Amino acid sequence: MADFTPGNRPNALARAWDSDIAWSFRHSPLAVIAAFVSILIILAAVFAPWIAPHDPFNPASLDLMDGFTPPMEPNAFTGNVYWLGTDNQGRDVFSTILYGARISLFVGFMAVLFAMVLGITLGLIAGYRGGWLDSLLMRVADVQLTFPSILLALLIFGVARGFIPPAYREAMAIWVLIVAIGLSDWVQYARVVRGATMVEKNKEYVQAARVIGAHPAKILIRHILPNVMGPVLVIATIGLALAIIAEATLSFLGVGVPSTQPSLGTLIRIGQGFLFSGEWWILLFPSITLLALALSVNLLGDWLRDALNPRLR
Amino acid sequence: MLTVSAVYAGSDMLAFILRRLVQSVIVMLTVALVAFALFRFVGDPIASMVGQETTLAERAEMREALGLNDPFVVQFAKFVTRAATGDFGISYRLQQPVMELILSRLPATLELALVSGVAAFVFGVGFGVYTALNRGNWLSGTIMTASLIGVSLPTFLIGVLLIWVFAVELQWLPSFGRGETVYIGNWWRTGLLTESGRASLILPAITLGLYQMTLIMRLVRAEMLEVLRTDYIKFARARGLSNRAVHFGHALKNTLVPVITITGLQLGSIIAFSIITETVFQWPGVGALFINSVRFVDVPVMAAYLMLIALVFVVINLIVDLLYYAVDPRLRVDRANTRH
Amino acid sequence: MFMMPNLRTARAGLMMGAAAAALVLTSVTADAETIRWARVGDALTMDPHSQNEGPTHTLNHHIYETLVGRADDGSLTQRLATDWGISEEDENVWVFTIREGVKFHDGSDMTVEDVVFSLDRARTPPSGMAALHAAVEEVTAVDDTTVHVRMSGPAPLYVQNLTNTFIMSKAWAEANGVETSPNFAAGEEAHSVRNTNGTGPYMLVERDPEVRTVLRAFEDHWADAPEVTEIIYTPITEAATRVAALLSGEVDIVQDVPVQDIARLEQTDGISVVRGPENRNIFFSYDMTSDSLASSNADGNPFASPEVREAMSLAIDRNAIQQVVMRGESQPSAAPLPPFVNGWTEDMHAFGDPDLARAGELMAEAGYPDGFSVQLDCPNDRYLNDESICQALVGMLARINIQVDLNAQTRSLHFPLIENWETDFYLLGWGVPTFDSQYVFDFLVHSREGSYGSFNGSRYSNPELDEKIQALATMTDLEERDALIAEIWDEVMEERIFLNVHNQVLAYAMRDGINLDVHPENQPRMTTVTFD
Repeated sequence: MADFTPGNRPNALARAWDSDIAWSFRHSPLAVIAAFVSILIILAAVFAPWIAPHDPFNPASLDLMDGFTPPMEPNAFTGNVYWLGTDNQGRDVFSTILYGARISLFVGFMAVLFAMVLGITLGLIAGYRGGWLDSLLMRVADVQLTFPSILLALLIFGVARGFIPPAYREAMAIWVLIVAIGLSDWVQYARVVRGATMVEKNKEYVQAARVIGAHPAKILIRHILPNVMGPVLVIATIGLALAIIAEATLSFLGVGVPSTQPSLGTLIRIGQGFLFSGEWWILLFPSITLLALALSVNLLGDWLRDALNPRLR
Repeated sequence: MLTVSAVYAGSDMLAFILRRLVQSVIVMLTVALVAFALFRFVGDPIASMVGQETTLAERAEMREALGLNDPFVVQFAKFVTRAATGDFGISYRLQQPVMELILSRLPATLELALVSGVAAFVFGVGFGVYTALNRGNWLSGTIMTASLIGVSLPTFLIGVLLIWVFAVELQWLPSFGRGETVYIGNWWRTGLLTESGRASLILPAITLGLYQMTLIMRLVRAEMLEVLRTDYIKFARARGLSNRAVHFGHALKNTLVPVITITGLQLGSIIAFSIITETVFQWPGVGALFINSVRFVDVPVMAAYLMLIALVFVVINLIVDLLYYAVDPRLRVDRANTRH
Repeated sequence: MFMMPNLRTARAGLMMGAAAAALVLTSVTADAETIRWARVGDALTMDPHSQNEGPTHTLNHHIYETLVGRADDGSLTQRLATDWGISEEDENVWVFTIREGVKFHDGSDMTVEDVVFSLDRARTPPSGMAALHAAVEEVTAVDDTTVHVRMSGPAPLYVQNLTNTFIMSKAWAEANGVETSPNFAAGEEAHSVRNTNGTGPYMLVERDPEVRTVLRAFEDHWADAPEVTEIIYTPITEAATRVAALLSGEVDIVQDVPVQDIARLEQTDGISVVRGPENRNIFFSYDMTSDSLASSNADGNPFASPEVREAMSLAIDRNAIQQVVMRGESQPSAAPLPPFVNGWTEDMHAFGDPDLARAGELMAEAGYPDGFSVQLDCPNDRYLNDESICQALVGMLARINIQVDLNAQTRSLHFPLIENWETDFYLLGWGVPTFDSQYVFDFLVHSREGSYGSFNGSRYSNPELDEKIQALATMTDLEERDALIAEIWDEVMEERIFLNVHNQVLAYAMRDGINLDVHPENQPRMTTVTFD
């Protein structure tokens, strides 16, 4: 714990810099690199429309004859040069990666958020209320685990296609994907939160809050939630990497975002078809981007886990 | 320890088992219901079953004959009553009894799952112990980071890259299939007893096991670090036991209980994840059968496969619960927090 | 019913390290030539009549035989029938002279009774072949070598429907309870699904569906012995794995070669590629009849406007699709039928360069100067690069302000959209097994009624044209008939019911030293394989 003498109040930034977490961060070069890489990719993705030289999602701007241009070489028909070459539709690989990372990250973040909100809510309720509600929710969690995540996502996707009118299918595909991935991941949050809630709810301060008539929801959010945020954050970080990979895997199984607006995973699935035909750049660059992104997020999750575990310090 | 608690658990144990069994049946029925409800949305089986010349009237007739027009409840009831006797009908696609089809493919998947599971366990524990005991050393840092690469790329890409390097470029290992197989008994076809069978197993097993290995390794490392800090270990050290004895005799032993539990629970997900691996390597197991069935909307096979997966999970869950109960009756059913 | 792997297949070897050795081995031993043949999917069944599906027929053609065969140029050849024609006494009757001295694999002789039995079995539901024999009224054996097929009216082209209808043994079928083709609803596996008794050049030795099927040459076959004496057939679903298996020497012939790999494989030492046109064209079509489109923001139905349809035909760049998407491996064409088919003309085939300026004017004339939006439904696992073709069209139509949302999905989800009229705009490929335009008209142009128009997703309905199409079926004067076909095509082309892209080109890749030609229906015969 940082030790401050009274009267010497540092500003928030300095306080954060001096905190345990920050100290651990500064002394873990791997975490620093990982954070740098993730932030770089995230920023590049967020600002893709301003950074990317082309808009690969605008079909009118594409020239099919630009297709299969090797990196840094002029196209045989059009003479255009692209840093990282073009894919089978004449899309600039560099721009497509930026836009694709945007989709992948969006799917990843939203899926994690969805799983987190659902898992925390159910976990809090199950842990606080206990009894039959708890049993029911945990049985549901068991059934949920019985359905392996890929299968679940596959089936949810199928159902959504049945429900959604044809005209909205393309627009809805990304949301269906988010729900499918998120829904297969909530159990972890629920279990952790439930366990912690069961411990916390018997502590004196919670009992005290209950005695003075605080609303259960207030108790849960004010007192219990902050105590479980550490492990939840760890699960969420690793969950983000998992969700991005899951999106890629689903794309391989033919379930995912439309190929006119490809994610990183879709790009890799497309590029995989060109492994033996000589157009290596269509596979290589998106793969490296995905690897860098998932690896650095995983490393951050790793570091966070160690940093938040007081016994390992 | 097991026998002691078994004795003092007594008839309690029986009630517990019964309750658990009933719950398992409910879980199975729920899975069946959910799965069955979903099938009507994955496509129209008739479209894949008939040639382009078939008239619309004939298609409608066929739909009727297959019972696809029956109300959902009727279809589901039919399915459950027949499934209870092990009859899952005939595959729309391959025209064979589904049960026989799945049983003939199951050995391939089980062998792949088992080999990759064992390999993941052995390497996972080995690396986990090493990285825990050598925290901060550069090699364990490298292992920790490198193992993450395996979970930072999609499985299908890892598989395709392995084929490219080891089958096409180096020509060391086969790119697809199970190689030569021989029968053990009447129906279990194994590739483990032939040279080509074993060679064929290597790449798919790596592809499938990489993820589990990383998981186990991290778990072992974390558990080891925790155990090494307990008073129990400090006491063992104080007693003057050698490092070796402390690490392997005490620390690892205490680590393994949760690790084995989680590995057991992972077996089911290995079988499920084998869908991807089997597709990439044309491995003739139930996963590839399932994904081909999805493409064809072969509902009987899809239903049977999901029930099989559900059964595997339920059985594993049941065994784990029983083990926990036997080890410590006070735990009752609450093992939630040890599961990740 | 799996058989133990035998020594010979063991020697053929799936072991990688032995690939080079196996190569030497097979080319030295002249008496035992094994071909390891891979393609994307397996035959669905070994039953000769249950499924009317390409890969099923392809494998069954090795085990069973048909009355007439189809040569690589599309013409008919003798097989179990040595002669055929319309009866001189009755124009409703087809007469077939059956080959003598043909034996089934179980050693029994093939008789006219077997032919009658097989044709009856094929035309009786739940046979998948029934639709091709819908006009048959009765099949009778006249003498030991002659079979009469009586039709409900004159059917000058009926023999074209027989190239995939196999002859099986009546006695064997009765002994094994498979007098009719297997019924899914019955819930039992039929004997004929994994067991065979045909007259074909190969016998079924081992059948492990979707894993491996082994065939061995039938010594008592009536024709000359083929050079290939053993076939090991393995489906490999993943394109990359399939190509890898050929590159690593684990298979000898790959039938479904991804177009992007063709050029690279050709340059690879020890591998050669043959290519040839397939009897299948790929086209777009649209709902040109409904009042409005479900997936469009436009008022009314833009596809109903002839100007819009013409604008689309001016926006599509078929040559670019051929060069980039298909890597040169297709025949761009505006004709909605392959050149093999009777009725095809050079005029229909020809198309000009894209003209975006004119297309824009037409869009404005039609009342859509700012374009409109619409969803394009596309299969992603049925035709060569189907999804990429659709994607390319999205870009081309965007240039004339038609904003297309692409909905690419698996075939079992795609085709019901056309069948149920749930798509506004779709891609379809059409093979013409009868090699005659009537087949195209029946399914794609005629109004949807009865057995007609089941794939007419355009909802196009023209009673006058329907009458002409129906007349084709019974016309015996072939010259007159061809004139009527040309007339119908004029109307269809004028209306722009189809926006054709190209004809598919097939490519088979194989290790050097193997010679195999491309079959127009993508049904290669291992009997035609020769070795250098």
